[in-house]
Amino acid sequence: MAKFQKKRGKSKPAISTASLPDIIFMLLFFFMMVTVLRDSDLKLQVNTPEATQLTKLEEKSLVNYIYVGRPTQQYAEVYGTSPRIQLGDKISTVEDIPLFLEQHKVKLPEAKRSRITSSLRVDGEVTMGIVQDVKTKLRKSGQLKINYSAGKRAKDLN
Amino acid sequence: MAKTNSRDRMSNEINAGSMADIAFLLLIFFLVTTTIAEDKGILVKLPPWSDEEPDITRLKERNVYSVLVNAQNQLLVREEPMRLANLRENAKEFISNPRRMENMAESPKNAIISLKNDRGTNYETYLAVYNELKGAYDELWDELSRKRYGEPYSEEMPYAQRKAIKSEIPMVLSEAEPTNFGEEK
Repeated sequence: MAKFQKKRGKSKPAISTASLPDIIFMLLFFFMMVTVLRDSDLKLQVNTPEATQLTKLEEKSLVNYIYVGRPTQQYAEVYGTSPRIQLGDKISTVEDIPLFLEQHKVKLPEAKRSRITSSLRVDGEVTMGIVQDVKTKLRKSGQLKINYSAGKRAKDLN
Repeated sequence: MAKTNSRDRMSNEINAGSMADIAFLLLIFFLVTTTIAEDKGILVKLPPWSDEEPDITRLKERNVYSVLVNAQNQLLVREEPMRLANLRENAKEFISNPRRMENMAESPKNAIISLKNDRGTNYETYLAVYNELKGAYDELWDELSRKRYGEPYSEEMPYAQRKAIKSEIPMVLSEAEPTNFGEEK
């Protein structure tokens, strides 16, 4: 009896939390590595369609995003309801695309510039007219690598 | 002597207890701003722009697989209506032509897919059609790769092998300037 009591009395020391910061820092660095800061909030409604033959985009810094869709309710009063283009965080027209591409390009080292991809995030309900205009403009500005952004389709067609 | 004593007291450890709190704060900030969702999609290489009118090269009709999509999202494949679900199989058969049919591609190397849509076509339909055509090629590459190298076709394969497969079955997909009948105003 005495033996037990003695032991319980002795085992007081708390668990050392000295290494807790290290663990947290490790997590922190992980998230800092994988993070891409959200740079633009969407003013358009974009629901990308689904597809099966997908490729993953590798380096996010080499990708610029072109959104096409109808303005959300909040912006419908200002921009109307027909499909519009969003570059960065503002609604633009097709004519602004070359400047937008150039602005993205100058931020990158020269060696990587040939690998720039334009990701087209286009709403499924939009008609091809505006998409075609974007594509033509991209071709004219020499940006030929593009990616039709799409989600993974699980089920079969029809 | 007393001075050194006080210095000894100074070099006591800094209390690191709040370090964890600071790290947590940063951690939560990055957790909130992170977008883990990665971007996937169909990679396409556009043809360079040229102001000149493209040369009209006469192609043998049997080598051309024409796909038309109208503003009502209906498909017309080689002059016949088709459902989207059948497109992939049909395209595969056309390209590989296993039964040596007279009206299908002479060889996969000669096969050309011509895609034309309307400005009023839904983007969703267009992408689905594109996806099926790309899928047809992906499956053919996969079959050839399994037959020749005993492994499925993937980007991790040696470059020479991928190149060999792609020169055997090159993907030629030409997109014509869309018609304009049904664009919304």
